Amino acid sequence: MQTFFIVAILALGFLITFQIAKASEYVAVLRGYEKSRKQTNKLNGFMLLAFLILGLIGVYYCNERLKGKILGEPASDHGVLVDRMLYVTLAVTFVVFIITQVALFWFSYKYQESDKRKAFYYPHNNKLELIWTVIPAITLTVLVGFGIFYWFKITGDAPDDAMQVEVVGKQFGWEFRYPGKDGVLGKKYFKNVNPAANNPVGQIWEDRYNHDDVFVEQEMHLVVNKPVKLVIGAKDVIHDVGLAHFRMKMDAVPGTPTTMWFTPKYTTKQMKEKTGNPDFVYEISCDQMCGKGHWSMRGTIIVETQEEFDAWLASKKPQYFVANPDKDPSVKRDSVIASAPVAGAVINR
Amino acid sequence: MNVHSGVAAAHAVHHDDHGHGHHEQSFISKYVFSMDHKTIGKQFLITGMVWAIIGGLFSVLFRLQLGYPDQSFPILETFFGNWAKGGQIQPEFYYGLVTMHGTVLVFFVLTAGLSGTFANLLIPLQIGARDMASPFLNMLSYWFFFIAGIVMLASIFVHTGPASGGWTMYPPLSALRQAGEGQKIGTDLWLISMALFIVSSLLGGLNYISTILNMRTKGMSMTRLPLPIWAMFFTAVLGVLSFPVLLSGAILLLFDRNLGTSFYLSDIVINGEILPNEGGSAILYQHLFWFLGHPEVYIILLPAMGMVSEILSVNSRKPIFGYMAMLGSLFAIAILAFLVWAHHMFVTGLNPFLGSVFVLLTLLIAVPSAIKVFNWLTTLWRGNIRFTPATLFAIGFVSLFISGGLTGIFLGNSTIDIHLHDTMFVVAHFHIVMGVASFFGMFAGVYHWFPKMFGRYLNNTLGYMHFWVTMIGAYLIFWPMHYQGLAGIPRRYLDKKGWVSFNQFGELDKMITVVSIIVFAVQLMFVFNFFYSIFKGRKVTTPNPWGANTLEWTTKINPGHGNWEGEIPEVHRWPYDYGKDGRDFIPQTEPVGANESKH
Repeated sequence: MQTFFIVAILALGFLITFQIAKASEYVAVLRGYEKSRKQTNKLNGFMLLAFLILGLIGVYYCNERLKGKILGEPASDHGVLVDRMLYVTLAVTFVVFIITQVALFWFSYKYQESDKRKAFYYPHNNKLELIWTVIPAITLTVLVGFGIFYWFKITGDAPDDAMQVEVVGKQFGWEFRYPGKDGVLGKKYFKNVNPAANNPVGQIWEDRYNHDDVFVEQEMHLVVNKPVKLVIGAKDVIHDVGLAHFRMKMDAVPGTPTTMWFTPKYTTKQMKEKTGNPDFVYEISCDQMCGKGHWSMRGTIIVETQEEFDAWLASKKPQYFVANPDKDPSVKRDSVIASAPVAGAVINR
Repeated sequence: MNVHSGVAAAHAVHHDDHGHGHHEQSFISKYVFSMDHKTIGKQFLITGMVWAIIGGLFSVLFRLQLGYPDQSFPILETFFGNWAKGGQIQPEFYYGLVTMHGTVLVFFVLTAGLSGTFANLLIPLQIGARDMASPFLNMLSYWFFFIAGIVMLASIFVHTGPASGGWTMYPPLSALRQAGEGQKIGTDLWLISMALFIVSSLLGGLNYISTILNMRTKGMSMTRLPLPIWAMFFTAVLGVLSFPVLLSGAILLLFDRNLGTSFYLSDIVINGEILPNEGGSAILYQHLFWFLGHPEVYIILLPAMGMVSEILSVNSRKPIFGYMAMLGSLFAIAILAFLVWAHHMFVTGLNPFLGSVFVLLTLLIAVPSAIKVFNWLTTLWRGNIRFTPATLFAIGFVSLFISGGLTGIFLGNSTIDIHLHDTMFVVAHFHIVMGVASFFGMFAGVYHWFPKMFGRYLNNTLGYMHFWVTMIGAYLIFWPMHYQGLAGIPRRYLDKKGWVSFNQFGELDKMITVVSIIVFAVQLMFVFNFFYSIFKGRKVTTPNPWGANTLEWTTKINPGHGNWEGEIPEVHRWPYDYGKDGRDFIPQTEPVGANESKH
């Protein structure tokens, strides 16, 4: 019934609008077409000016309403560079925006049709063309210069003391692997992937670098003020590791590993205080369309102190021992039973 | 005899196709399998409008989900059954809608609907030709487009639903049937439809190029061409050089899907199944796609730019400022369009050095764009402007092109793109600069050349309402959307409640949804105005209602096949002598007087 009313009202609205429009044509004929055309012209000229003024007020109002809702201070060193570049560009483009939009609507209003004026025959002026070729070119050169300078800083090699974490995207969740004490991620091969046998990323067990690698899901732990290099891959389709708070992003491509590095500036605890939000958490969003669960492909990051991190990592058993309980020195006796629920959890994901 | 005898000369030119030209044309050969460029233009326009309504409706549906993620709309279940179980749009359906919305509007409406319509209508009329170089290929071009449309339409109705991998159709998602419902038969149909569409586009493009180069009337040198024609020329060149690359990309993808090849596939474990493919590159597809995909942006924009230049000049009663600079900037944009594709791929793991080269080339394109904007502004300056609906849409185009162009400077700079890539900022940017702006160019063209197409005017009052609601609505929808992107909200997120960082824009999403429904309703009003005015609009009483210089206004009010009854007029000057030597306008056909000042 409600639907019917909505449709009826819409139809009525259409009808009324259309009748008004039709009537206006008749009125125009009655009053003299030329005369009513000139009146409409004045009205539209005025509307253009009004649009400019109200529009600029709207831009200001929109900014006041929404500026508090964007992410606030960047939480990584690279994020600071990204934001700086963003605000520099914003300043430059805002000036251009104001100048050109004001000129556009002001000229439209000012030079609307009038019997008193004749249009000015002005086909070209090479000096003017040169001015507005050169000035944008110089401005853009500056923006490109800064941009590329920051770009190379951000995409350059990670420092030698950076910790490494492997990130693997899959429909629809995140997996992480830590290199363990040796600091080296062991080799893997996709045909070894076998969650049922506790080998979710396809580690090659013969590679001894794999023996201390730790595997976790959905929640990544990082150390504050310590550079981290993410080695990124995907199992099935392209995903994207989006870290909005750190202003970092990199695609996860099956078959082609990618990397990115940054240094987290604040622990999760510090961010809770900074944002005044007790529920604050660093989130990993998938930014590349990956299927029906794309919108819910969420991971989290805990940034903590080195001590907290070490304690956390020590509490995790290397995946080598989970997959090969007979090799695990700590659980000799009832190893098989202990690892069974873990395997089940992996399959169900 | 409904074909005028004076057209006989035209029929002699392409005698083979028109052996029966002097007989009464049947309904089918006049309106369905027509080879008259004007009719084909109208066919493209009306088909494009049908697709625009479908594509627009899709956006209204997914905006409902975005604005009201918790609300149930039982009517959706009535229409869409399981796709909207419980009155809520299901994720696979949502992604199908998004994918179809993008595909339909980018390719069917703003490529075929825009250049198909106006290249066909304007090229022969403005260069002084009886028809296209090959009217037959021209007809085929439309019918390939039509069939492509049918295949795409069919894909919406298959059991597993339409393609749902996004309009860019990136593999491996689009290559693997296991990846989801939309990756089954829907994606195959999408690829086949696209291949047919590309054939249509190539047939059209080759025709436009050869017509412009070979069939200009006497005196119509290249530098006397009206700017819409130059724009269509560069558009066609872009299309002819880049569409084949997408075709190859699509065919390789079809191979990967159906023949077990590994062009794009490597190291894949999906749903617990280990695929045998090794050595392919998923990124290869992105290079092939964007090698078309970026020129495609300009395939959409250039015709709008050309028409806006013409309409602003005619209605401000002033020559377009800097004709040669306008031409040069079109040329620069066309060249640069081929050299910037990888700015869509800054975060794919692209070599950073290569990335920096693409930053430079991408931001370079802002220079010719700036030249165009300043020239439009100077064209308006000290003019005597008539605000026809076409003029308003042209002014709106410039405003949107500035707004959307400037946000391109953010995205083209790879440093900022790291944060903004694939967020709502991108959605806001390209909708303003490519979507709405080109639509404005298209509307401007329809309002301006409707009298030539149908011998009647569109209703002005509805036209003004159409403009103002769309203009205000477009900014209300897309301006605040930038803030969602700055907050890092990714594209194609249909519900953000599960997120701590992205859940703060509920009210804004509602507002955008309401406005987009209103704007959509007003477009329906335009469609109504269009069809009503074809039959009942105010009649055009003078052959040159806008007082324009170009050749199309030297034909009869309703030109028949062949366009001019007698000889094709000869051209003596450029098309922009408005307000020269105290005269309001001097048509191109008028010889240059002895005492006339030089420009």
